Amino acid sequence: MMVRNQPMREALRSALQEEMRRDERVFVMGEEVGEWQGTHRITRGFLQEFGERRVRDTPISEMAIAGAAVGAAMNGLRPVAEMMTISFAFLAMDAIVNHAAKIRYMFDGEFEVPLVIRAASGWGDQATATHSHSPEPIFAHFPGMYLACPSTPADAKGMLKTAIRDPNPVLFCESIALYPRPGPVPNDEDYLLPIGEAAVKRAGADVTLVSFAAGVHWCLQAARELSKEGIECEVVDLRWLRPLDMDTVIASFQKTNRCVVVEESLPMYSLGSEVAAQLQERAFDYMDAPIRRVSAADVPLPFARELELMALPNADKVIASVREVLR
Amino acid sequence: MPSAKVKKLLGWYGQMVLIREFEDACDRLFWEEKQITGVYLHLYSGHEAVGVGALAALTERDHVITAYRDHGIALARGLDVGACMAEMMGRVDGTSGGKGGSMHLADRSRNFWGGYAIVGGHLPLAVGIALASQYRGEDEVTLCFVGDGATNNGYFHESLNMAAIWDLPMVWLIENNFVAMGTRVEKHAGEPELHKRAAAYGMKSLGRVDGQDVQAVHDITRQAVKYARNKGPVLLEALTYRYKGHGVSDRSYDQRFAAELAEYRESKDPIELLKRKLLQAGHADETSLGEIEAVQQEKVKEAVAFAAASPAPSEEHLYQNVYVETERA
Repeated sequence: MMVRNQPMREALRSALQEEMRRDERVFVMGEEVGEWQGTHRITRGFLQEFGERRVRDTPISEMAIAGAAVGAAMNGLRPVAEMMTISFAFLAMDAIVNHAAKIRYMFDGEFEVPLVIRAASGWGDQATATHSHSPEPIFAHFPGMYLACPSTPADAKGMLKTAIRDPNPVLFCESIALYPRPGPVPNDEDYLLPIGEAAVKRAGADVTLVSFAAGVHWCLQAARELSKEGIECEVVDLRWLRPLDMDTVIASFQKTNRCVVVEESLPMYSLGSEVAAQLQERAFDYMDAPIRRVSAADVPLPFARELELMALPNADKVIASVREVLR
Repeated sequence: MPSAKVKKLLGWYGQMVLIREFEDACDRLFWEEKQITGVYLHLYSGHEAVGVGALAALTERDHVITAYRDHGIALARGLDVGACMAEMMGRVDGTSGGKGGSMHLADRSRNFWGGYAIVGGHLPLAVGIALASQYRGEDEVTLCFVGDGATNNGYFHESLNMAAIWDLPMVWLIENNFVAMGTRVEKHAGEPELHKRAAAYGMKSLGRVDGQDVQAVHDITRQAVKYARNKGPVLLEALTYRYKGHGVSDRSYDQRFAAELAEYRESKDPIELLKRKLLQAGHADETSLGEIEAVQQEKVKEAVAFAAASPAPSEEHLYQNVYVETERA
């Protein structure tokens, strides 16, 4: 298979572009996706290639963007709606949670909702409190919708293509910090990664690090540092928060008997809470140390660079937690 | 032999009676017989001329979507009466297998996209449904029922604006029954003439229609549908009156609005108005209308029996249809 080195932004762009070429039903809608060429430049060149019918600039109307995407999906199209940032998706929470995720069930299978909502997620760069969120666990709370959160350009491509082709609604969370980060990407129009399958991104026998999106890179960095001391971390990249691939986590935990969950999200009612709960339910006998969680500080994100850095998780915080569980 | 026009009127009369009988049965089954359970039951009684008149202006290929006061719309669109009643009771033979309840009736095969329970939540869905028609170049119109209360949250503004800028083939039909849950329209809307909202979006408005007059509702909706099919979205307001409280949780409605309710029942009832018209024109007599009523009463009776005999959904249904099952490993 041919491989290209691409930043995640370009991998996402090629995935979307290929799917639009492949399937006439696929179209994009959102704020500034057309003439602006996408505020994150994912849809650069799309208006020129596909025209206004399939590249739809919308008003700043998040409720209607998400809701109209649901209706269009029910009536046979394959919308890929963009939320400029996931912070704005809070405005569309009702359309996403009550409609995208529930329509299939509450009408007992009468409708399909083959919808993708892409949302730029994460914090940093002094974006301040209301524009700094990594609320994936909130959205993953609700059955009926899948939640994707890739950490590499290749995963981003394979997962987005799968999400677009799947008949179910998918909230596709793209880490803003990872958009420029390059990696090898298969040059294959049918590169598809299965929904709900985690990946072991580094093998190790001493401790299991569980994470997603940007957190995976803090884990890998921590693992490289710790390896110099002879501590070998296994890094599980969940890739999807729903379905949650606990089998892969448990298989790793049964080997290492120790676990640190790393996330960009807030600590309360989080991925860490969920993984820790499931591990004690399903693998209690394998537990050699309390499960630790590394997350953002439990505050609204402050503006000052120094405070912001204190609030965010990083590789050093992961290393400190690994040392705790190995003590 | 009655003329086609008279046949149509008699058909509407039958549909309106069916809805009234169905809702009366629901009321009884909830309060007296306790066969309908739960906390939500929003009856369409009093609104019959709006739903029946408006749907008569559509073709089968057109689309319909509404809010939680959906029984009348479902019946007017031809959904099976027994399946609707079974859904009221949460039975497995209900339109939604007992998973949706009274607020979530739907039938894809009839392009009835369902009843929705978050006020205004179905408005952008209607936008998307119409967008798909336009996208494919299909000659279909989407009719979206909107309660007067739904004109005040953001969904209304965002959805009508989007429909306007994209010239979508849609009819927005406001059913103004003068009360949003329990708050009068003069108190909940800065401009109580709700059809005027169209101006804010540069959208065509057909103004107000007497929602108690099924013929008038039909005629103006037909005009609206024609406009939508050829030119773009149109807003229309039907004035009607709700005979029952907002839902079964509304215990003070009858007292609060007693005088008005008596007035409507006495002289503005949509079924009585049509009946009078049919009798005065000599299109029917008491006997022939009585026969129509008996047929509809029998339908509802059979529906109740069917629903009561339908089993509860079982455990196997609990996890069914959360997702579309694919061949994924």
